[in-house]
Amino acid sequence: MLQIIIYITLGFMLFGIIFSTLRFIKGPTAADRTVALDTLTTISVALLVMISYISHRFIYVDIALVYGVLGFIGVLVIARYLEGAL
Amino acid sequence: MNELLTYAGMVLMLIGGIFLFLGGLGIFRMPDTYNRLQAGTKATTLGGMSVILSIGLLEPSWFVKTLVLVIFIALSNPISSHALARANYKRGNRPYLKGGSEYDQYKEVYDPQEKPDKEEEKA
Repeated sequence: MLQIIIYITLGFMLFGIIFSTLRFIKGPTAADRTVALDTLTTISVALLVMISYISHRFIYVDIALVYGVLGFIGVLVIARYLEGAL
Repeated sequence: MNELLTYAGMVLMLIGGIFLFLGGLGIFRMPDTYNRLQAGTKATTLGGMSVILSIGLLEPSWFVKTLVLVIFIALSNPISSHALARANYKRGNRPYLKGGSEYDQYKEVYDPQEKPDKEEEKA
């Protein structure tokens, strides 16, 4: 039961990543691409936590936390640059 | 007790997966940058929070660290969304206003045409 639910969730996440990547490639302006990057970062954090549960390694949760912090700072820096304040 | 936590974790994981998929779909289908921002950021925040919390419920010894991650996502995602929306407005992209309802409240606070006058007043 749990195995089936994990597979279904991973499939949903896969399609979310595919659509976000299409917008990241296609996006007309730089802001659209940054929005897609933000979405990809959040999906990747959730995916890293799921990978740490599947492979039973606690260290991947720390990696997810660090990746979340770095992605957040990166999106903030890109937003400040687009604003013209950097 | 353990069975109950497992069932709650499964339901939360399924909800989170569906919302992550809806965030990706919204970011692909929406017509405007602000609509994409709305769909992508809010749906993805809920989806990520519930997936991570479901892992914390399925493996109760990891609960504290997953709770830290959930709180971090709940705090950081609206801030980045806000910064992106403001940057997009200041670059000159206006919201897609269909029909006659032209109500742009940020325009009264920030208007690029009046910016030189304000700077002269400050100087």
